Amino acid sequence: MIELEQYQDAEAIQRVLHTASTIAVVGLSSNELRASHFVGFYLKRHGYRVIPVNPRETDVLGTESYRSLLDIDVPVDIVNVFRAPDALPAIARDAVAIGAGALWCQFGVINEEGARIAADGGVTVIMDRCLKVEHARYLGRMHWFGFNTQRITSVRTGLQ
Amino acid sequence: MTEPSNRRTEEARAFGFETRQLHAGQRPDPNTGARAVPIFQTTSYVFEDPESAAAYFNLQEYGNTYSRIMNPTVAVFEERMANLEGGCGAVAFASGISAQAAALFTLLQPGDHVVSSSALYGGTVNQFKHMLRKMSVELTWVDPDDADAWREAVRPNTKALFGETIGNPAGNVLDIETVASIAHDHDLPLIVDNTFATPYLCRPIEWGADIVIHSATKFIGGHGTSIGGVVVESGTFNWSNGRFPVIADPSPAYHGLQFHETFGTYGYLMKLRAETLRDLGAALAPFNAFLFLQGLETLSLRMERHVDNARAVAAFLESHEVASNVTYSGLPDSRYRPLVQKYLPRGAGAVFSFDCAGGRAGGQELIRGVTLWSHLANVGDAKSLIIHPASTTHRQLSDAELQAAGVGPGTVRLSVGTESVEDLIWDLEQGLARVK
Repeated sequence: MIELEQYQDAEAIQRVLHTASTIAVVGLSSNELRASHFVGFYLKRHGYRVIPVNPRETDVLGTESYRSLLDIDVPVDIVNVFRAPDALPAIARDAVAIGAGALWCQFGVINEEGARIAADGGVTVIMDRCLKVEHARYLGRMHWFGFNTQRITSVRTGLQ
Repeated sequence: MTEPSNRRTEEARAFGFETRQLHAGQRPDPNTGARAVPIFQTTSYVFEDPESAAAYFNLQEYGNTYSRIMNPTVAVFEERMANLEGGCGAVAFASGISAQAAALFTLLQPGDHVVSSSALYGGTVNQFKHMLRKMSVELTWVDPDDADAWREAVRPNTKALFGETIGNPAGNVLDIETVASIAHDHDLPLIVDNTFATPYLCRPIEWGADIVIHSATKFIGGHGTSIGGVVVESGTFNWSNGRFPVIADPSPAYHGLQFHETFGTYGYLMKLRAETLRDLGAALAPFNAFLFLQGLETLSLRMERHVDNARAVAAFLESHEVASNVTYSGLPDSRYRPLVQKYLPRGAGAVFSFDCAGGRAGGQELIRGVTLWSHLANVGDAKSLIIHPASTTHRQLSDAELQAAGVGPGTVRLSVGTESVEDLIWDLEQGLARVK
């Protein structure tokens, strides 16, 4: 039984969000109604460079889609995974190979071997969490929709 | 001057209830620094550009469009309620009854079936019996204390189980964990009306409930100023289990969006807001949300006092020869004592009933006699309230329904306020002296 809490640490999530600028989205769909498209669209809107990784697509969100993480020729800060859980070990190996900062696995993308490969390779692992939700929780406007951000702070921040 | 930063890492901490009732959902306003929650009295919101407007309407970005669907003041109230109940989010409504209708309409279609406790607020009985039937939804009433009755009432077309944490006005305590497990055995959600307990006394989601609704009009607001309601969802129910195509399948009311697949944890609440609230239109006014937030700031303090006073008033009535059948489940000899110890260890709320000698005339004579208790149709005010259900809140119910709801001809319902308790007992004493 995988202990997911170790891959859901709030401070680790914030560090990843605060430092990333380039995000490779594995399994990004061009279908506007798919969850991966919602997330990719949102991240691009919030200033991240979003690189689609999906051999079934040629172009998503105005950017060329790569067949594999290994084909990307720029540094990748986050590998964001929208794939079946059993695809994760291979993706984790590629994430280690390209020196990605973090492997971020969406809701339900849970695979212990994949997590271990990435962690052993020095990649921060976030698992069973949505990148869009966590961005919206700490940096965005999730609270405008009455969602429970679980944040308690009296610090005044800049505009959102 | 230091530049305000959005990029300061916050420590994850499990803050206490009293901290969260003051702070959850609100951060100092980034524009002005206002410490109190600003009242955003606006119908609509200026879009930055056409792309942003499209993203908001497509739900690709959390954006304000129109106050029938969302409002920043209302959102603070929603998040605070979600936080206090331990849910993933909340949607507020113009009343408790509209919140309840919306919670159900989001998951029901014609031909569906609901299993409900029979010991409910009269307004809920009306809504279920008449409104649901108009929507071609079938209903089975069950004795909430009978686990087998809940289990046996479930049918293939059942879509939800429904009960109140503390029944109005009979004071029955729902065995939430047991009924939730029956619901989950059938891949169904349990919906709990937690109005009488408030999240300070009981948090149904911690016991397995999936959806919690409130009339915020009562103890949440706490001062009898505003009508409102709220729906909180746990975020853990699997709406894609095959029983809820209305939530899982592509929605014709939102250009084919599959709410549960796309929004996961937040799918039900997204649909509740973007479709049901949009289409029913029962939006909470920002000013009322502000008053509810003021109420929530003192929720724990008020509930402690409500409970202390309720215990004392119930004990007084139990010893009075004109009063009988005091239904306060916080009394030591209540049949609900084990359930109270489990679900309501801080107290069994402050609303209960008793039977006045002399039947209908006796109950009416007591109400004529009191001068401090307010004779009105509400509960959960800081002021003490008294009413005769058979001639008011439960008037539309048949004798059999009255009996099922635990209401007799001489039944009087009290909502015990936070006054000096000796004054409350003094006033009841002088009223009861008129009852023969």
